[in-house]
This record gives sequence, structure tokens and C-alpha cells, in this order.
Amino acid sequence: MELTLAHYLVLSAIIFTIGMFGVMVRKNLIVMFMSLELMLNAVNINLAAFSNYLKDMSGQIFIVFVMAVAAAEAAVGLALIISLFRNKQTVNADEINIMRG
Amino acid sequence: MMAQIAFYILAGLAVISALGVVTRENPVHSALWMLLTFFTVAGIFVQLDAEYVAAIQVLVYAGAILVLYLFVVMLLNPKTSGFMRLPVRFVIAGVAAVIVFLQIITTIWSSDVLKSGAIEGIPYAEGISNVSAYGAVLFTKYLVPFEIASLLLLVAMIGAIVIAKRDSGGE
Repeated sequence: MELTLAHYLVLSAIIFTIGMFGVMVRKNLIVMFMSLELMLNAVNINLAAFSNYLKDMSGQIFIVFVMAVAAAEAAVGLALIISLFRNKQTVNADEINIMRG
Repeated sequence: MMAQIAFYILAGLAVISALGVVTRENPVHSALWMLLTFFTVAGIFVQLDAEYVAAIQVLVYAGAILVLYLFVVMLLNPKTSGFMRLPVRFVIAGVAAVIVFLQIITTIWSSDVLKSGAIEGIPYAEGISNVSAYGAVLFTKYLVPFEIASLLLLVAMIGAIVIAKRDSGGE
């Protein structure tokens, strides 16, 4: 029983699903963003596993691009949350309904 | 045999800490569980012969992004941190998550990339480490995307400052 590509893909699928569940269930916007980071990490595991399997460095290169996008997303998203908290005094996803018709 | 033991320990810790992120009431606890997830994922990168990416994972994710999250959580100190109150939401989310998971697993098992057995790693030439092989690809083939990523980070930084500053700078 050796380690195969499937081991890493299944681990990635489990973490991705947990992150997806977190985004749908949590009420706090910051924790929803954390669940999003979990999903990005699951994708990174997939990229590293396929990079190893195909003996190609490109997968590892793309991990760093995913990290750069995740850092940009975290900075802008958290700035938006701070701005929202100043105006509405809440980070509760249920109470943010100004766009509701 | 050691590789399997290390993988199962890392994978178990990763799944447990990911569940910790999603289930903890206190956002600070969620952030600390996320730190453990990042470290275990870095260990999995080491197992996959991606040492440079593992180092970047610890430096950028665990060092920078997580500190940003902790700053915001402690700055805002939100009172409501729990779950969606409606139990219907839980059922819908659980069913959707299970469906997506089964779909991914079915796709993995039905693909023929898995027929070739164990993965044995990237063979480097004599005296070439992962880092130098990485740099050789990043700064030749992917130089333009690399520069665009730096531009993206600059734009995101300026945007974050502008968005977060707008209300307080009213005077």
C-alpha cells in the first residue's frame, strides 16, 4: 500500500468540502473568509500532487500565484469588512440586507 | 512505510483542524485552528517534494495572512460569531457539501491517471535543489505572470488602504 495520487486528491476533496460547508453555514463574515482560505489550500494540495505526479514544476509555480491572489483577497476583503463594520456595526451575514429588494 | 505514517498523521491533523476552523464559536479559536491547518499543509508540501512552496506556505499564509485575520478579529471583536440560526440552512449546506464531495470522489475514482501506481517524486539533476529548479522555471517561462502578480498585490494594497480609510478621514 503505497502513497498514490488518490491519497492526496481525497485529502484535498475532504478539506475543500469542509471549507464549502463553512462558507454556507457560518454567520460571521471573517470566519466565512477563513473557510475560503481552506478551499484555496485544498486546491494548492491538488496542484502540488499533480506537479509531483506529472514531474512538472508548473504546478508548484501556480501555488505561489494562488497564494498571491489569496493575500490580495484577504487584504481587500478584510478592508471591506472593516468599512462595513464602521457603517453597520455588524459582521453578521444575516443582517446585511441593504441590497435585498 | 515512514512516508505513509507521516502522511496519515498530517492528513488526520489537517482534517481535524479544518473541522476546528468551521465549528468553533470564537473566531480567534478558528484562526488558531487555521494556523494548524496551514502547518500541516506545509508538511504535505514537503512530502510532495515542494520544499520552497512549503517554506512560502509558512511565511506567507501562517505569517502574514493569518496575522491579518487575527488583527481584524481582535479589532472588530464581533458579538455574533455563531452559526446560521435556521436548521434548514444546516441541512441544505450539509446535503450540498456531501453531493459535491461524492462528485469529486467519483471523478477521482473513474479517471485513469490513478492506474499508474505510486508517485515517486520529481527527479532533479545532480546538485540541483527544488529551489533552484523552481527559480529557473519561475523567472523564465512564468516571468510575465510573476510581474503581473506583483502588480496585483500593489493594486490590492492601495485598494485596501483606500477602502479602510474612507470613513475615518472625513474631517
